[in-house]
Amino acid sequence: MAVWPMIPARAAPVRQDSWLAWVRRELFGGWLNALTTLALLAWAVSALPGLADWTLWQAVWRPDADACQAARGSGACWGVIAEKQRLILLGRYPTPEHWRPVLASGLLLALVVASGLRRCWNRWLLPAWLLVWAAFFALMAGGFAGLAPVPTERWGGLPLTLMLATLSILLACPLAVLLALGRRSRLPAIRVLCACYVELVRGVPLISVLFMASFLFPLFLPAGTTPDVLLRVLLGIALFAAAYLAETVRAGLQSVPAGQVDAAASIGLGWWQTQRLVVLPQALGAVVPGLMNSFISIFKDSSLITIVSLYELTGSLGLALSGDPVWRPYMIEGYCFITAIYFVVCAAMSRYSLWVERQQAHALTR
Amino acid sequence: MRALLWQALALIGLLAGLLWLVHNTQVNMAARGIQSGWDFLGQTAGFDIGEQLIAFDAGDSLARAFLVGLLNTLRVALLGILLCTLLGTLVGLGRLSHNWLLRALCRAYVELFRNVPLLVQLLVWYLLLVEYLPDSAAAWSWRDALFLSKAGLAFPTLVTGAGGWNDWSAWHWQLPALQDFGIEGGGALSPEFIAVTLGLSCYTAAFVAEVVRAGLRSVPHGQIEAAQSVGLSRRQTLRLVTGPLALRVILPPLTNQYLNLTKNSSLAVAIGYPDLVSIANTTLNQTGRAVECIAVIMLVYLALSLLTAALMAVFNRRVALKER
Repeated sequence: MAVWPMIPARAAPVRQDSWLAWVRRELFGGWLNALTTLALLAWAVSALPGLADWTLWQAVWRPDADACQAARGSGACWGVIAEKQRLILLGRYPTPEHWRPVLASGLLLALVVASGLRRCWNRWLLPAWLLVWAAFFALMAGGFAGLAPVPTERWGGLPLTLMLATLSILLACPLAVLLALGRRSRLPAIRVLCACYVELVRGVPLISVLFMASFLFPLFLPAGTTPDVLLRVLLGIALFAAAYLAETVRAGLQSVPAGQVDAAASIGLGWWQTQRLVVLPQALGAVVPGLMNSFISIFKDSSLITIVSLYELTGSLGLALSGDPVWRPYMIEGYCFITAIYFVVCAAMSRYSLWVERQQAHALTR
Repeated sequence: MRALLWQALALIGLLAGLLWLVHNTQVNMAARGIQSGWDFLGQTAGFDIGEQLIAFDAGDSLARAFLVGLLNTLRVALLGILLCTLLGTLVGLGRLSHNWLLRALCRAYVELFRNVPLLVQLLVWYLLLVEYLPDSAAAWSWRDALFLSKAGLAFPTLVTGAGGWNDWSAWHWQLPALQDFGIEGGGALSPEFIAVTLGLSCYTAAFVAEVVRAGLRSVPHGQIEAAQSVGLSRRQTLRLVTGPLALRVILPPLTNQYLNLTKNSSLAVAIGYPDLVSIANTTLNQTGRAVECIAVIMLVYLALSLLTAALMAVFNRRVALKER
């Protein structure tokens, strides 16, 4: 009987998850890859120290105009933000009353965040929204209980941005759902009307709608009634946003299988019931990323009202710095500041959208 | 029957609403003494325009001013579309690179430019150009042909000789040169134009990059493996297999981005580039014809949107899947 020698054991496979393997694969896999890495590293080594010098090491952090003047060209002057933060964030709102916009936007922001959390989705949410809007406008406008009245043209900065974005989204959503449903209606007249509205509005720039809101709305209404400019602009943004949202909602409606509508009909639901209970929940759920993209657009677009002389965040920065010869040279630092604010809010919104998508995928797996 | 009733009600309601708005407008305009009509287009403009593609001075008609504005809008939009396609495609490809650093850099680009309002970006570009560039006396020059300064970018132009268009041998380059009062000769781009073009291109490129990435990702992996198995290199695969397949997915959303860019060029009014909106705004302030001026803006952009959509539809039909 032959004795078969055992063959030697195979060597353990090379670990693929060590950092060294990762570096080899992701940074130096192939000569082109390695060349790209080296070129990017060389660029970083040449560019980053200068940038770090300007933003950090040479920067002036105190609101000290002389120190900023001395550091001009070599370091940033972040002191300008410490000096002007109230004007940038709150615009022309009267200084002694600054606690009011801060409290109002704090309430609004807290409620927006709370509305995004699943544990807050209950029957108290709707009353909470009504209450917070009432509180927001009461605090901002004043004129009761010893609060000095503040006209809307003095409102500005971040509270105005938050209010315009949130409220125009809230107003646009129902209109968008109606437009999307109308565009898929069996009634030809309704279908054509909704399609015309959506296509016309999507064909013109937002600025023209804002010009219309600011110059033409007063002409459209009966003589003697001139609604506040803020209200007109808000309505303009909402009407504009509704057309874009309607297309997203329509995509969602198209993704709902026809069998769902048949099933709803077979258990005796009417048209409105079918839409409300069967079609819309599935349709809106399917287009969460698209809806969130539109919301981000609306938030960014709220900066355009600067052009019709309402001083939201972008406008109030110009207002805060361009009129002051001492601090005017540090405009770029101011832009960095508001860029950071916009970026954080938009990035938070898109992260939230990703989280909702993950939750949905979780819910659908059995 | 009920359907007819609903539709009739909707139409009557809409018509009544429109008539009410028109009536209000007429009453209001009469009360405020605002004139209406299109005759104002023949009036002399009375203002100068900073940059123009066709000759224009303050004595010309307002209609011509609008035309100058429209040409300025088109110039920015066309160049912007070209640049954003180039940059967006590069960044989109970069996001699919095998190199982690390049991927991260391109992702950072997309996140940064997408999440900041275009208006802020335009204002920053303009500020960088007019505050941080040298004066024209100390302009940065490249081989004495390109000059970049606060006054903008000066570049060489090809001009005809004394013999006019037909005399090919007399065509020559006219170089810009530093003179006592700034840079003379050659062609020039204003800082406003550069800021609007760069701002629009960089902003839209972030969206184009995502469109390109999604398009390339939509190509089934089997196609790429099949291309590799017949011995195509990575570059050939991209050019011959992935690219054409992805183009079908890319085109419709890309058209949307082009339309967005064209509409967004209206933000040029914020930094004083004399585009259509800016001219219409000036005219509105001078003549008070709000309805007409805003109608001009809306109609022109609608026409541009429909035209772009139609052109891209034709192009789309050419690359669309040909089924038997």
